[in-house]
Amino acid sequence: MTTASVTNTEQYNYEVIRKFAIMTLVWGVVGMLVGVYIASELAFPALNFDIPYITFGRLRPVHTGAVIFGFGGSALFATSYYIVQRTCQARLFSSGLANFTFWGWQTIIVLAALGDVLGYSQGREYAEMEWPIDLLIEVVWVAYLVLFVGTLMKRKQPHIYVANWFYLAFILATALLHTFNNLAVPVSLFSMKSYSLFSGAQDAMTQWWYGHNAVGFFLTAAFLGMMYYFVPKQAGRPIYSYRLSVLHFWALIFLYMWAGAHHLHWTAIPDWTSTLAATFSIMLLLPSWGGMVNGILTLSGAWEKMRTDPVIRFLIVSLSFYGMSTFEGPVMSLKDVNALSHYTDWTIGHVHSGALGWVAMVTFGSFYHLIPKLWNTKMFSNRLINVHFWLATIGILLYITAMWISGIMQGLMWRAFDDFGNLQYAFIESVAAAHNLYIMRAVGGLFFLSGMVLMCYNMYKTIKSGSTEQQA
Amino acid sequence: MEWLMWFTKFENTKPLSLVIFFALFCGVIVYLYGNKQRGAQLESFKNIPLQDDEI
Repeated sequence: MTTASVTNTEQYNYEVIRKFAIMTLVWGVVGMLVGVYIASELAFPALNFDIPYITFGRLRPVHTGAVIFGFGGSALFATSYYIVQRTCQARLFSSGLANFTFWGWQTIIVLAALGDVLGYSQGREYAEMEWPIDLLIEVVWVAYLVLFVGTLMKRKQPHIYVANWFYLAFILATALLHTFNNLAVPVSLFSMKSYSLFSGAQDAMTQWWYGHNAVGFFLTAAFLGMMYYFVPKQAGRPIYSYRLSVLHFWALIFLYMWAGAHHLHWTAIPDWTSTLAATFSIMLLLPSWGGMVNGILTLSGAWEKMRTDPVIRFLIVSLSFYGMSTFEGPVMSLKDVNALSHYTDWTIGHVHSGALGWVAMVTFGSFYHLIPKLWNTKMFSNRLINVHFWLATIGILLYITAMWISGIMQGLMWRAFDDFGNLQYAFIESVAAAHNLYIMRAVGGLFFLSGMVLMCYNMYKTIKSGSTEQQA
Repeated sequence: MEWLMWFTKFENTKPLSLVIFFALFCGVIVYLYGNKQRGAQLESFKNIPLQDDEI
């Protein structure tokens, strides 16, 4: 392994990272606020106010779009640009392209949200955007790929650090997923409406091949890249095993692609497809836990940091949630478990234990490390980081516990028969039974959102005290 | 070109892909853990993030 010094003319491009970092915080607040609002709408439907633009159906994709692509996507752009430059000891390949990805990506998020609110949707989960926005995503994503690969190619460090492998896999896989999931024929050049190239069961399988791998590559592989850099940095110790990280990478990347059809158990898809997806989902447990163990054991010999450093606490707890949700996922992919859990709130709880517990927590931890570095300063308040940690943790626990209880209750009520073989409960009875749990979920979300707002305040004060003068 | 038809049957391609992917997986394991010197070199890469502050 060699290291090389970076000359003044090749200082890192932090400008674009700062912009993405700020937008991560902005989209985090917006997305989570909308999330809390729609959670409240489910508990108190009067909050619709009979205004079509703010009904659950329209705001739900605004929430998922803002948190996944706005918050998560901006965080991934920021951290991938930071990590690729620092571990390759090379400035971003093109500042113009970097700026293009920033403005392009932000435009996409805004247009997608406007489209959702105005009722334009192609009805594909996590891909509601209509075809003109899909084309814009394609262009921005190719620019991202060129920029990332171009930077890797001009690296001074001979070895490409494993975090970059995860980011590259995420960029490549997302390009493939986005392209094939959105193959459609527009009704006309001036119409937002288009029809999918696939139909029936094939269309459903394409959607869930996309949907599951959006989770696998966008929300897992890429954030693992974040973890493989920021956990060692914050802990001040190298990752537990580099070889395990390589094994983790190849096993995870290979297995994820096959698991999507577990979202379609007991539907019109071929039974062997279902079984194949469940089998691969079970196998996924091994690389997932391998990665979790690798991250957590990085702290081996320095466990006291869990008490003293709230940033490490964020990172390690995020890995614990990663382990928990990657255990829960394979269990839910079993056909018999899925017969109970599918279409219930259990799925929503599972998604949020991953999205809040893993994705958001690892982002928070990474950003508490990253932002002071970008502005050459220290965090304004460690105490506020600690308060944020507890608000977030309590929020997640309230959320997922409410959804577990609600989901299992719904599953049991929907399959209950009376002595005459009739359904024991009307659907509305299961809705009424979940009412208090929906309130509990909204309160959990409110806790999480409060933590996010606190983080923004802490970051604002930090940035204000910092400077963007480049260090030699 | 008749032999290509062999690949159109799932009962052929499923075990074939199993053999290919299992062999690949074994190859990765052997590459990572089969040689002490290579193992030590691979493990040295884990210091890359910690060295970037010195640069």
